[in-house]
Amino acid sequence: MFFLAADIPLCAATHLWHLLKVPQKKRHKAPRGGAAEQRRRQPRPDYGGGPTPLFDDTSSPGDPAYNQNQPQGGGAFYGGMAGQQILTDPMANMAMQYGSSLATQGKDVMEKHIDRFISISKLKYYFAVDTTYVGKKLMLLLFPYMHSNWSIRYNKEEPVAPRYEINAPDLYIPVMAFVTYILVAGYCLGTQNSFTPELLGMQASSALVWLILEIVVITMAMYILSVATDIKTFDLLAFCGYKYVGMIGILLGGMLFGSMGYYLALAWCSASMFFFLLRTLRLVILPDASHDMGGSGGNKGRTYLVLAIAVLQPVFMCWLTRHLIPNQN
Amino acid sequence: MALGLYSLIEAALLCVNAIAVLNEERFLSKVGWATDTVSGFGEQPGMKSQIINLIRSVRMVMRIPLIIVNTITIVLLLLFG
Repeated sequence: MFFLAADIPLCAATHLWHLLKVPQKKRHKAPRGGAAEQRRRQPRPDYGGGPTPLFDDTSSPGDPAYNQNQPQGGGAFYGGMAGQQILTDPMANMAMQYGSSLATQGKDVMEKHIDRFISISKLKYYFAVDTTYVGKKLMLLLFPYMHSNWSIRYNKEEPVAPRYEINAPDLYIPVMAFVTYILVAGYCLGTQNSFTPELLGMQASSALVWLILEIVVITMAMYILSVATDIKTFDLLAFCGYKYVGMIGILLGGMLFGSMGYYLALAWCSASMFFFLLRTLRLVILPDASHDMGGSGGNKGRTYLVLAIAVLQPVFMCWLTRHLIPNQN
Repeated sequence: MALGLYSLIEAALLCVNAIAVLNEERFLSKVGWATDTVSGFGEQPGMKSQIINLIRSVRMVMRIPLIIVNTITIVLLLLFG
């Protein structure tokens, strides 16, 4: 907040100066082309994602040039009286520019401060998904047996964004599946007439705690076994979060077909998740499995770690869904 | 199942307390987990040396934060049960 307060007068002063210096004629020529050109001339923000940007830049309405020129073009084209009046008023223009510059300034300061704790560009990588990727990945999570190529393609030491590479871990599916799981759990409780709004919060809190515990335990195990991999905490979070997809399936099976359906869905989803994680983590955690089968202690530890992570998921899936299904028959 | 975020924080605090309370001369050296048993570098650090390292780091880093957090927790528990 201090930065903001200190920067406002300076920024306002520079903008005033620019407004005074720029001749009025410039605002009237080719409004749309000018805006596009100005947008193109801006340096592309660095997403840290290789040559292809992770997202299309849709944030440009925030920049001053666009805001200033857009209504002008509309006004000049349609010849509206009110529009012209507002636009010829220099005060309105100045206020507009001042406001938008203020917003950009605040955004920059915020981003700088958040960047200190969590790297936004790294987090953006995990959310670079599109619809086809999500559909394919969901199919892969529930039916992983026919998939043959599990390796992640790399592009100059940088993993390819998830929407171009189905095997890359993303965080979009885990987050959405987590929220959906909470809602489905609430619905399950509702069908048993035991729903209260506080229960939703308790479900969310409890599921979150188990997830955190899982991550902490895995990280500790990796440290103690001195397994040095390039797997990041976000990757772990993604791999552990995929189990919520299976849990939603289990809950739906239990709701629709009773306890028989519950156990069938549990068996199927557990097996799929086990298989999926085994195949994926084998390549991530055992990168030197192909050329170093010497049987050193570290390699054995890695194998056990992969196995432990894969076994943990079905246990959690069972544990987090069991209490939501009524004991029929 | 009633495991909320608050219980997680409390459990973590108790675990860190438990690690921090281990004394080097009185306890760890008698079990054979003293720091000087750690082998020199060059070879892959084993499981035991990693654990010893972790314990030592926790005790060193968390000493003052633990005092503060424990005080806050005790006061909160006294006030709100």
